[in-house]
Amino acid sequence: MRSRGSNTWRVLLSQVAVCICGAAVAFADTPLSPTNIFAPASTPAKSIFGLSLFVLAVTGAIFLVVFTLLLYSVVRFRKRKNDDGREPPQVYGSNQVELAWTIIPILIVVALFMATARVIAIVQKTSPPSNAIEVTVIGHQFWWEYRYPDLGVVTANELHVPVSDPSHPTPTFLKLHSADTDHSFWVPRLGGKTDLIPNHPNTMWIDPQETGLYLGQCAQYCGTQHAKMLLRVYVQSKDEFDRWIQHQRQTASVSVTASQGQRIFETTACINCHTVSGTVANGRFGPDLTHLMSRATIAAGAAANTPQNLRRWILNPNAIKPGSLMPAMELNDQELDALTVYLETLR
Amino acid sequence: MMSTDAFALPRPELAPRPIVARLHDWVTTVDHKRLGILYIIYALVFLVIAGIEATVIRLQLIRPHNDFVSPQVFNRMFTMHGTTMIFFVVMPFLFGFANYLIPLMIGARDMAFPRLNAFSFWMTAFGGLLLYFSLVGANGLYGAGNAPDVGWFAYAPLTSRTFSVGHSTDFWTLALLVSGFGSIGTAINIVATVLCMRCPGMTLAKMPLFSWLNLVMAGLVILAVSPLTAAQIMLLVDRYLGGHFFDTQAGGSAVIWMHFFWIFGHPEVYVLVLPAFAFVSEIIPVFSRKPIFGYSVMVGATVAIGFISMSVWAHHMFTVGMGANVNTFFVLSTMAIAVPTGIKIFNWLATMWGGKIEFKTPMLFCIAFLFQFLAAGLTGVMLSVAPFTWHLGNSYFVVAHFHYVIVGGILFALFGAFYYWLPKMSGKMYSEALGKLHFLLFFIGFHLTFDFMHIPGLLGMPRRIYTYEPGRGWDVWNFIVTVGVFFQAAGILVFLGNLLWSHFRGKAAGSDPWDAWTLEWSTNSPPPAYNFASIPVVKSRRPLWDLKHPADPDWNYE
Repeated sequence: MRSRGSNTWRVLLSQVAVCICGAAVAFADTPLSPTNIFAPASTPAKSIFGLSLFVLAVTGAIFLVVFTLLLYSVVRFRKRKNDDGREPPQVYGSNQVELAWTIIPILIVVALFMATARVIAIVQKTSPPSNAIEVTVIGHQFWWEYRYPDLGVVTANELHVPVSDPSHPTPTFLKLHSADTDHSFWVPRLGGKTDLIPNHPNTMWIDPQETGLYLGQCAQYCGTQHAKMLLRVYVQSKDEFDRWIQHQRQTASVSVTASQGQRIFETTACINCHTVSGTVANGRFGPDLTHLMSRATIAAGAAANTPQNLRRWILNPNAIKPGSLMPAMELNDQELDALTVYLETLR
Repeated sequence: MMSTDAFALPRPELAPRPIVARLHDWVTTVDHKRLGILYIIYALVFLVIAGIEATVIRLQLIRPHNDFVSPQVFNRMFTMHGTTMIFFVVMPFLFGFANYLIPLMIGARDMAFPRLNAFSFWMTAFGGLLLYFSLVGANGLYGAGNAPDVGWFAYAPLTSRTFSVGHSTDFWTLALLVSGFGSIGTAINIVATVLCMRCPGMTLAKMPLFSWLNLVMAGLVILAVSPLTAAQIMLLVDRYLGGHFFDTQAGGSAVIWMHFFWIFGHPEVYVLVLPAFAFVSEIIPVFSRKPIFGYSVMVGATVAIGFISMSVWAHHMFTVGMGANVNTFFVLSTMAIAVPTGIKIFNWLATMWGGKIEFKTPMLFCIAFLFQFLAAGLTGVMLSVAPFTWHLGNSYFVVAHFHYVIVGGILFALFGAFYYWLPKMSGKMYSEALGKLHFLLFFIGFHLTFDFMHIPGLLGMPRRIYTYEPGRGWDVWNFIVTVGVFFQAAGILVFLGNLLWSHFRGKAAGSDPWDAWTLEWSTNSPPPAYNFASIPVVKSRRPLWDLKHPADPDWNYE
């Protein structure tokens, strides 16, 4: 009996040890994951990070204390081999002890609550300064539409924002809408998630303080391809961002070599869903393709933006993203080639 | 050992009856014990089915870009897994034990409304069958899929006919509607039984804690399942009668569905966990050889949990954009519930303190319950911190958290209850060796799966995704999580084997194998249809202690 009992506890202890080591690795090693919530790079994410360390410390301490008590009582008060067979002293309760373990948890809860309320206020009660960038984010099954109303830019799936210098912050405020089902915008290193709900506009803000590419993905189940509704946020220096804006504001470039593909694009169902500014294509159901080739990925991050992938995508979107709402276009090889050439001119 | 068969008659030898007649008896029974066993068998069948669905989910996620199943199948799997486990595994399990044990514990001959009891069971049973009939019935008209794929929470507007064509969502709605009526019927029955059927001498303050916890659970079922049922009817109106409650394209509100669902959904967590507390509150004292510590405080904490649990639902909605003040309120109410829950853990510890703990299988499961429920409660406190939940919500951290509650807490307590009361229900002992093997395998599997599942959540992995990108640091954790599934499955197989072993090889249990103190152990195993030959009269919370220790009865101290 005794050996079996201690065996169980040995297993249990080793489990806990392994778990703590794993967690420690996860916390400590930033490059381990580009979506680590413990590697914040923006004020909201940093506020949450600070709070979560406090909460982890408190709950970790409680765990250690209570777990030690549990372990102690299991070992200390186990039935011994030489037991005399008599019942132990029958204890029915103690009001003093009950009072103690009611009041101490209440005090802990008060402390946790105050710290939490403060961070909620910091993140949720901030209003946009005059120099903030405003972006409207519209969730679609299964891609992201970004509109910069003050800058006259419309793009998809890859959000570009300027880096924010902590001494002169230029935060980006996101207005969140949905065109169909519920979605959720979550780029862990930049901030917590906020849902995009039809008929229920939301806002959130980020002020990334390092340039680079930040990843994330839709965090609210939105239908078949919820898993491949990926988020890419490019944080750029002020100059780079301004150049990007200038470029995106131009209408689509027209190339003579691609006129055959353009004709196919404009005479098939493509234009029902896609916009190419400066042409007859003005659909809004799918991503704006005016500057398609300025993006690194297609299909909301599901594939790299290469000519082969583009061709594969037009031929049969289900091969890359089964359940995607884009229909297979039923084009022959020659038409596919021409169309791909045309899309490649949309720089 | 002293005889405790004071209230039972010797069992008459019955001539064996034809199997059809015996099956007919089971189908038409209104006996609370048979209905309890039916609930439990029904839940066991669905446990295996929903376990297989979980295995499919984990096999698909064992590595990035896996193509074991299509996204459509994966989405159906997690919808069916969640719906089945909550409504057709855990709830029937708990109702089964409540049905079986409450009349025995309070010295009654049956539940207050035996025919309502049978009606409720069959409603629940047909609800489950209706859900699975979707595999056959929902396919077709629009070439749409068969099993429901909108998630067990079925957020609007994904459930509208625009986004969910065909009939799969209708099967989901109707299944919950039908089984919801069954749950409410059982809950009314439990409340009436506990309040009106107690034997002479058993005041509310002398009931076993088991009855108290189930009383509060039943109250919560009535309050919580009703809004869910209302919401299901509204959804049907939307889908078929041109309603616009949740139709966002016609000005309806997706958020209203969330409120309806979670005002059911969060009390539901306590509906599931209070009966688990009830098992633990009966098993720990017996195997520690001490009465429960702080009985009245335990009752108070239970009632407090019942009340507070009705005011915490929107902590499931911290990312919905409810505004800072609403979020702050729900942070406070959610944290508040940690206090009575903590009191319970401390009282169980104090019950063990100074006792003589016997590590029989039921007690092993209860000790693991304490440890795991402690951890689950603390991740729950983390999740009550709204800003932390802006990250953790809808991530694998949350999945790990509530599986820690439901598997590590509730299922472990259920297994403990199984081993503890099986001798009473069947009259035969189980194999202690197989029981401990089951515990060991399940314990290892549980920790492999659900300890490591927290980590991808912290690394940004959202839930309900059928596949994930490599290079996010999630691969190795997901692999370990899937490996744990096989240990759990092996544990379940050993458990089922133990049931068979007990049936064919088990020793006769006798009426009181654990030297326990509550009334169910005073009658035969299994108890006769009338439970007690004469209705017992009790003077304390531990009537069998009084009987076994006439010189030192409990009523001197309570």
